[in-house]
Amino acid sequence: MSHSDEADSPTASGARVTQPLTRRPTAGWALMGSELAVLFRRRRTWVMLLALALIPVLVAVAVRISSAGSSGRGPAFIDQISQNGLFVALVALTICIPLFLPLTVGVVAGDTIAGEANLGTLRYLLVSPVGRVRLLVVKFVAAMAFCLAATVVVVLAGVLIGAALFQVGPVTLLSGDTIGVGQAGLRALLIAGYVTVSLLGLTAIGLFVSTLTDIPVGAMAATVVISIVSQVLDSLPQLDALHPWLFSHYWLDFADLLRQPIEWSSFGSNALLQLGYVAVFGALAYGRFASKDVLS
Amino acid sequence: MPDGGLAIQTRGLTKVFGRQTVVNGIDLSVPRGSVFGFLGPNGSGKTTSIRMLLGLASATSGEISVLGQQMPKRAGTVLPRVGALIEGPGFYPFLSGTANLRRLDSADRFAQSSTRTVRVGEALERVGLTHAAGKKVRAYSLGMKQRLGIANALLTPRELIVLDEPTNGLDPQGTREVRNLVRSLTASGTTVFVSSHLLAEIEQMCTHAAVMRSGHLVAQGSLDELRQAGQARVRVLTPDPGAARRVLAQLGLAADADASDTHPLDGETVTAPLDAGQDGDGAIGPGTLADRPLDPEHIVAALVAGGVRVRGFAVERATLEDLFVALTGEGFDVAQ
Repeated sequence: MSHSDEADSPTASGARVTQPLTRRPTAGWALMGSELAVLFRRRRTWVMLLALALIPVLVAVAVRISSAGSSGRGPAFIDQISQNGLFVALVALTICIPLFLPLTVGVVAGDTIAGEANLGTLRYLLVSPVGRVRLLVVKFVAAMAFCLAATVVVVLAGVLIGAALFQVGPVTLLSGDTIGVGQAGLRALLIAGYVTVSLLGLTAIGLFVSTLTDIPVGAMAATVVISIVSQVLDSLPQLDALHPWLFSHYWLDFADLLRQPIEWSSFGSNALLQLGYVAVFGALAYGRFASKDVLS
Repeated sequence: MPDGGLAIQTRGLTKVFGRQTVVNGIDLSVPRGSVFGFLGPNGSGKTTSIRMLLGLASATSGEISVLGQQMPKRAGTVLPRVGALIEGPGFYPFLSGTANLRRLDSADRFAQSSTRTVRVGEALERVGLTHAAGKKVRAYSLGMKQRLGIANALLTPRELIVLDEPTNGLDPQGTREVRNLVRSLTASGTTVFVSSHLLAEIEQMCTHAAVMRSGHLVAQGSLDELRQAGQARVRVLTPDPGAARRVLAQLGLAADADASDTHPLDGETVTAPLDAGQDGDGAIGPGTLADRPLDPEHIVAALVAGGVRVRGFAVERATLEDLFVALTGEGFDVAQ
C-alpha cells in the first residue's frame, strides 16, 4: 500500500531503508508475551503473590496452634479445617476476597495504563507502534492473568499448608455428599476460577480508571476504594434493589460449587454480571484512551 | 497534499489546550534525506508539534503527512518506519537496558523476533552501551538513558528519525557522539528531524532548520537560506555622517538614528538596515536581497557621488545565532 510513493522518492530508495515494509506484520503476540513477562518478573508482583500465599499459611498455623476447637465464630468453614486440611484453601479465599484480592488486583489493574504513562514508556509503546486498542486488550488480558494467578496461589498455598498441618481426606459437601480428595482438588480449582471471574469486573474498572490519570498510585487507590464502596453498598439492606447490580454482589457465593450436583446458577449470574462490567468499562476505557492526548 | 519528496509535511497544524493555542497553524516542510533542526525556546510548541506528528496527540486542526502518508490515520504503517526519542527517554527502571529494548521492539509488529537479539545488541553498540546492557535502567545515569532512548530509535532501519532534545543530559563528548551518529544516519538516507532549544548544538549537523516561537513557525528553510535571510546591515565608516545619512535616505535606507561608535581619526560609523527578508508574518524566503538594486557597489557609488568620504564599507549579515535570538528573544523570557 505504501510502497508506491516511496519508489519515486529520490533519497529514500536505499534497499536497507525500505526493508521493514517488505515484511508483513505479525499478529502481535510478542507484545502479549512481553507484557506477561514484565508483569510476572516484576518484584512487586511477586511480593503481592507471596503476601497472598501467606494468608492460608497464617490461617492454618493459627488453627493448628490454638486447638481450641470450634467456637462457632470466624469465617465459614474454619471449623472444618482441623478435620480436613483442604478447607484451609476455602477459608483463606473467604478472607482474601473482601480486601486482599481487590487490593492486589487494584494495584495491577490501576497500574496498566497510568503506570506506563508515569514511566514515560506509554509514548514509546504507542509510537512503536502499538495500536491503542491492542494495548488495552493486552493490558486487560495480563491483568486477568494476574487475577487467575492470585486466586490459584491462595488455593494452592491453602491446599499445601492444609495437607502439611492437618489430615486430608474425602470432603463432605454442603449437600451432604462426599467426594474424594482428587475431586475436591478439582472443586478447589473451580472455585479459583469462580473468584477469578468475580474479579474481572473490578479489573475492567481499574483499567478504565487507569486511563484517566498519569499517576498509577491514584488509579490503584481509586480502584480499591471502588471495590470497598461496592461491598459497603451491598451490605446495606436499604439498597436491596441495587445489590444484584454491584460487581461484588456474588463474590462470596462460591459455596454453590460445593454441592452435588454443582449449582451453576450463581456462577452463571456472576459471570454475566462481570461480563457486563467488562463490556461497559472496557468501552469507557476505549472511549477515553483511543482519543486521549498522550502528553506524559 | 502528501508529497513524496517530503518526509514531513504539515498544513495549518494547530493545537489548542483549553484557551491556549500551543501550536498555531504551522506549515512544516521537511525534505527527505535532510537533517532538519527544529528550533525554539522551551515552551514554544516543539514537543507538542512532535507529539502530533507521531500521533500521540491529536491536532485541533490542520493536516499532517509523514513519509507521504496521512497521520494519524496511517499510523500503523507509518510509525514502524519512524524511530523516535520524545521528550526524554522513558524506560522500565526494573528491567535491564537489553530487556527494555526487547520489550519496545516486541511492540512493533513489523520487527522480526528472530533478529531481535542481534538488532538490540547492534543498537546498544551503536550508542556505546554494550557494557551496561545487562544493568538495570534504574542504575543508569541520565546520559545513559538518553543513549538508550536513541538506541531504541535505531532498533530497525528507519526512514525517519525524530529526536526531541537528543543531547539533553549528555556531556560535551556525548553531544559530539550524537552529532556523529546523526551524520552516519543521513549517510544511509535516513531523514533526521531533531529539535533543540540550543542553536549551537544543532547548527553543526543540520542542513535545514525551522524556528518556532510561541507556537508560530517564524522561519524555515535550508541553513543557507536562513543565513541569507538574516537582516543585512550597511556599515559606512566616514567623517561625513550627515551626508552619508542623506544619501542613504535617498536610496531608501533608514539610517539608525544614534550615531554608533565614533573613531577619532576616521569619523563615525553610520549603519542602516538593508531591508531584507523579515516581512510581516515572518516567513523568510531566499533572494529578497537580489531583487533590489541595492547591491553594495551601488550604495558605495551613490555615497561617493554624494561627496561622502567613504573610509570603510561593509554589508554585514546576521549570524544564525543573531537570527535565532532575533526570532525567539533573548535569555529566560520563555515564550508564553
